[in-house]
Amino acid sequence: MSTQSTIYLDYASTTPVDPRVASKMMEFLTPEGEFGNPASRSHRFGWKADEAVEEARSHVANLVNCDPREIVWTSGATEADNLAIKGVARFYKSKGNHIVTSKIEHKAVLDPCRQLEREGFEVTYLDPDDKGVISSNAVQSAIKDNTVLVSIMHINNELGTINNIKKIGEIVRDRGIFFHVDAAQSTGKVEIDLEKIPVDLMSFSAHKTYGPKGIGALYVRRKPRVRLEALIHGGGHERGMRSGTLATHQIVGMGEAFRLANNEMPDDLVKITKFHEKFLQKVREIDHVYINGDLDNKVPNILNISFNFVEGESLIMGLKDIAVSSGSACTSASLEPSYVLRALGRKDELAHSSIRFSFGRFTSEDDVEDTLNILGNVVQRLRELSPLWEMHLDGIDLDTVEWNAH
Amino acid sequence: MAYSKKVVEKFENTLNNPEAFKVGKFDPKDSNVGTGMVGAPACGDVMKLQIKCEPKGNSHVIKDVKFKTYGCGSAIASSSELVEMLIGKTLEEAKAIKNVQIVEALELPPIKIHCSVLAEDSIKQAIEDYEAKQ
Repeated sequence: MSTQSTIYLDYASTTPVDPRVASKMMEFLTPEGEFGNPASRSHRFGWKADEAVEEARSHVANLVNCDPREIVWTSGATEADNLAIKGVARFYKSKGNHIVTSKIEHKAVLDPCRQLEREGFEVTYLDPDDKGVISSNAVQSAIKDNTVLVSIMHINNELGTINNIKKIGEIVRDRGIFFHVDAAQSTGKVEIDLEKIPVDLMSFSAHKTYGPKGIGALYVRRKPRVRLEALIHGGGHERGMRSGTLATHQIVGMGEAFRLANNEMPDDLVKITKFHEKFLQKVREIDHVYINGDLDNKVPNILNISFNFVEGESLIMGLKDIAVSSGSACTSASLEPSYVLRALGRKDELAHSSIRFSFGRFTSEDDVEDTLNILGNVVQRLRELSPLWEMHLDGIDLDTVEWNAH
Repeated sequence: MAYSKKVVEKFENTLNNPEAFKVGKFDPKDSNVGTGMVGAPACGDVMKLQIKCEPKGNSHVIKDVKFKTYGCGSAIASSSELVEMLIGKTLEEAKAIKNVQIVEALELPPIKIHCSVLAEDSIKQAIEDYEAKQ
């Protein structure tokens, strides 16, 4: 998919809303549509909106095989993560004050954990292995008698690597501890069956799965029951867990997006796997390229690559007609490279050289083809500009150089 | 991050037309050449600057410059901007160049000022290297 001749390969950041989802959402906004407040019990407008919300809830529940009553609407995965982590920790603080998570979690998990540390909780941040996977053994040995919550992501947003949440969940359940999983990157990419995996709380986002931004959901298990302290009070919506008038059009959008994901996952996967293979094959023809993450254990829609001797941000600038994102934080306000790549033990220069390509439903064969052509060319040009590449060609081992660092 | 148009143009021109923008290398052993290299790969930027000089009166004049830079777009643009300022200058004049001039010329955002500092250091080192050879 391209607009203004820019190729979009940043689906892991956000996806466009599927036109079928957008047209469904339009039915719940205008005077002609079902604009009512789902909480209005006294008239038809309210009943219709409520019906739509409950149908959407079923679509979300169907995709992950849970009871619709276990789905709580939130403003997105960030709020769902916050509600799960802070909500459970605060509710059960008399039981214990220790939380286990990992260093490669999204900031939406790490920052609530930091907040809980300020409130007196103790948090263990697990290291991934060198491929970006959190092992169940690491979780097991981190659990203590006062652990109340374990929060481990399903699919890492930078690498696409998949954690074995079933295995981790079994260990955590065995110890009578709550298990939260951030699944923002999972829906429509891998199958999730909450009847089979012992997860107590799971966060979802609509806009990573062709739904609108500003809506997400938290799965809260009923059996065994999980209780949490609400973050937002006022009106007691969502059984008191999340007050605030339900955004009918957003919710309908998420429901429709997840219904489509359920139907179209097999087709989406076939196409995206094909692009992944092609991309991998062509990129490997470039010298000194490193794939970050675990090729045998990842989703095909995300591909994180380090181009040695080329700095990531300059590569993104060079790829000006292609929308991708960088593991190099030179693009953001800080000058540190990606904390995820650092946690893998990648050398800083490789972390500085990484780019994340992510494909999606509207990616075309031409998009992939064009990107590969441009990519090879720009990497070559930037290397000709790079003193590190020159030193490498001269046979100098960069690790032995004494740098004049700042 | 939103870069100024000037950074983007400088970066793209340098990338698309490296020879015209003095990308390349001189033989560092040449007695007329001074080489400066600053930064570190782990920090995300390395600049290598080489000047070719000849004596003129009591001083030395920069006749030609070559550079290579590994780093973000503004690091590459900063080196390229500096290189343009150098040709024809005496070493005294070159020493007087301050990073602020690069910041102003490229409208660098505050977070990228270190790129201009690196560029200033690279010319200082190159001059030191050259003077040590004379």
